[in-house]
Amino acid sequence: MTTSMPFLLSALVAVWATFMVVTRAVAIHALLYLVVALLALACVFDVLGAPFAAILEVIVYAGAIMVLFVFVVMMLNLGRPDRLRENSWIAPRGWIGPGLLAALLLAALADALVVAAPDGGPIAVIDTRQVGLALYGPYVLMVELASFLLLAGLVSAFRIGRHIRGEDAP
Amino acid sequence: MTAAPAQALLLASMLFALGLLGVLVRRNLLFMLMSIEIMLNAAALAFVAAGMRWHAADGQVMFLMILALAAAEAAVGLAILLRLHAAGRPTLDADTGNRLKG
Amino acid sequence: MLALLPPLIVLCPLAAAAILLLSAGRMPPPAARLLAAGAVGLAAALTLWLAVRFLSAPPPAHRLDVVLWHWLRVGGFDARIAFTLDPLSLVMMLVVTGVGFLIHLYACGYMRGDPDVARFFACMTLFVAAMLVLVLSSDLLCLYVGWEGVGLCSYLLIGFWYAEAANGVAARKAFIVTRIGDAALLCGLLLLATRTGGLEIAGVLRSIQPGGPVAEAAAALLLGGALAKSAQAPFQVWLPDAMAGPTPVSALIHAATMVTAGVYLIARLHPLFLAAPAVMTAIAVLGLVTLLLAAGSALAQTDIKRILAFSTISQLGYMFLALGTGAWGAAIFHLVTHAVFKALLFMAAGAVILRVHHQQDIFRMGGLGRAMPGVFAAFAAGAAALAGLPLVTAGFYSKEAILQQAWRAGPVLWAGALLGAFLTALYISRCVFIVFLGPVRTAPTGRTEASMAIPLAGLSVLALTGGLIEMPDAIAPVHLLFRLLAPVLGPPTTEGAEGGAGVLLLAGALAPLAGIAVAWGLWRPRAGAPAPADDGLARAARAGWGFDAAYGLLLVRPFLALGWLNRRDLFDRVPDLLAAATRWGARLLGRMQDGQVRRYAGWIAAGTVAALCLAVRP
Repeated sequence: MTTSMPFLLSALVAVWATFMVVTRAVAIHALLYLVVALLALACVFDVLGAPFAAILEVIVYAGAIMVLFVFVVMMLNLGRPDRLRENSWIAPRGWIGPGLLAALLLAALADALVVAAPDGGPIAVIDTRQVGLALYGPYVLMVELASFLLLAGLVSAFRIGRHIRGEDAP
Repeated sequence: MTAAPAQALLLASMLFALGLLGVLVRRNLLFMLMSIEIMLNAAALAFVAAGMRWHAADGQVMFLMILALAAAEAAVGLAILLRLHAAGRPTLDADTGNRLKG
Repeated sequence: MLALLPPLIVLCPLAAAAILLLSAGRMPPPAARLLAAGAVGLAAALTLWLAVRFLSAPPPAHRLDVVLWHWLRVGGFDARIAFTLDPLSLVMMLVVTGVGFLIHLYACGYMRGDPDVARFFACMTLFVAAMLVLVLSSDLLCLYVGWEGVGLCSYLLIGFWYAEAANGVAARKAFIVTRIGDAALLCGLLLLATRTGGLEIAGVLRSIQPGGPVAEAAAALLLGGALAKSAQAPFQVWLPDAMAGPTPVSALIHAATMVTAGVYLIARLHPLFLAAPAVMTAIAVLGLVTLLLAAGSALAQTDIKRILAFSTISQLGYMFLALGTGAWGAAIFHLVTHAVFKALLFMAAGAVILRVHHQQDIFRMGGLGRAMPGVFAAFAAGAAALAGLPLVTAGFYSKEAILQQAWRAGPVLWAGALLGAFLTALYISRCVFIVFLGPVRTAPTGRTEASMAIPLAGLSVLALTGGLIEMPDAIAPVHLLFRLLAPVLGPPTTEGAEGGAGVLLLAGALAPLAGIAVAWGLWRPRAGAPAPADDGLARAARAGWGFDAAYGLLLVRPFLALGWLNRRDLFDRVPDLLAAATRWGARLLGRMQDGQVRRYAGWIAAGTVAALCLAVRP
């Protein structure tokens, strides 16, 4: 089994960064590790022959959504007491059960991969043109659904956030 | 460039398990949201890997769908988070979520 | 056209019952009265028309089969809802609808002012429908439906005034005692169905082997049902308590029709009973024993309705005696006349009870003959028919037919029946003398309504003249009824006893006269108020010879004790265990729903892992 070096590297970075996200006590540190993980994932996508997905991962995920998180962290105005509290919340004792469960899940998934391993093949690049044709061909209904979903998210976020400005009346 | 889809799927599984670990372990809602983003990403990776195996664009279409879902989820989740913070729960403790009122 | 009439006659009261039941008591009483009496009256008119048509142009073999539909067909077993019109069912229909109509008319007056009159008439019309099904059906399963239907209506109507606990107890007693017999009847039907392959009456009677054990067992089981329904020893205990119901109910159900269902059943299936001689003997002996025991009890009662109840048991004993000696025609003849005069007696007693403010103790009545001469005349006519006053009453002729048959079967039976006739005259004369003669003890008020007086008058005429359709040879050779019934019940036996017929007739005529004379000697109006006898014998007779106490001691108490032992209901423990396990499981699973988001996520993940494991490596 041969594995390309870029894939292995990006995969290792992604796993390491994700682990750091889960274990950090300071929100902004975790966020930065998350950005790293997302960039590594973008590299993985590119290796897998999906450049369009890689670019979107960088622009939308690492760009837009992470910036949203950063804004929120800024608004929360976290400080030293929050870090101490966070540290007490992630004491090692609480890791046993979730760790076991996550390990079990990983084992089950890996087992499934062993049972029905997809055979490898030459990687063909699926470029933006092909994705665009699929998107506005057979999946046009899905695009509509995605727009509905985003609109719904927009409306509800606006509705929920409106109360923050002080006046509680709707 | 050779990367077996099996390896990509294994990576997706590991990321998903790590995300689950984060959701289960962290009490802070902000970190839970981040973990959920990780899990969504893992699922997206699985789709892309599958699309690569079959040389089809459908995997990336599903990735786009997940992207839209993640965006909407992040917007709503963060709005709720801010609302909680403003409404006198600055700790963002998920374990007190069962004491919500009104 | 003729085939359409029997279902139509059943439908009349059934439809009225359905309407009355579905109206849920919202129907105004006048409408309910009109509907019930109208429906039964229509049924009576149709029956009369049917009888005229049937008698003027009898169908072939004197029977008409009407198959309505096939109820169920399993293998070779075919249960049908089917009616057979033959002379026997025609006679029964005439009794049920004719007497039933007069009683409904009477009930219109009697139940005036009762708030629940719709429910009352719903049960009454339902009863008439069920009784018609019973006498018409040509299939034993269909007959059983009617049999249970009349039992149900009897239960509902005995407990009609359910606000009083005692009435409910009486209703339950009647239901449970008859249910014992019904269980025996059902066993008998199942035995017949398995041994003869069907329950169609004609088929069953064709395939019975005379003298075989099946015939004996089936006849004995059917006899059990008949005994319970007709209140014969040892099941007679329920009928006196059944008087808790309104008086029209007592007249219709517990005197004229339902209690004679047992007699009808045996007459209808008489070839089966002829094939079982031991059972025939049992019928005759039980009938005679019941007849004498009940007559003795009637002699000691103080409640006017209980006197009539015991009298009904005693008269049913006569019918069973006749059945036991093979005199099917005589039994049916006595059934008809008894339906007429006993309904008359009950209705007259009801009129008396209404006028003296629901007083039922005869020793608190007295001298009522002057205040209500019409009712007195009606009651006297009924009493004369019951006592069998020679030549002028219906009861005399029917009783005479039974006595002659009893003589042929054996002098002991004849002597017992003659003693019974003497006792009958004695107790009913006692009742008449105490209630209607002598000084007034409770002043009657009001007057008897026309709707009550008309049935009394009609039945009085019938009670006096109804016997003329069938006379002993020694008086006049009139055999209208026996000749009518001959296609079903066979020709009446006339051999033997020709020489002594006159003497027998004389003895049968003198017994009731002697009874009346003795009663006059004992209870004629005197200066002092009469008082009930109070020695040990009278107390025992008044209590029905202790049957109730014995059953209470032997059956009810042990049963209650058994129930007490099993009061926690052992068999309920198993479902209780299931319930407890469910509750524990619910409490355990309920812990999961603690409102903690992370634990929810954990449970979801655990479920996902489990599902994944199952999906990957099943």
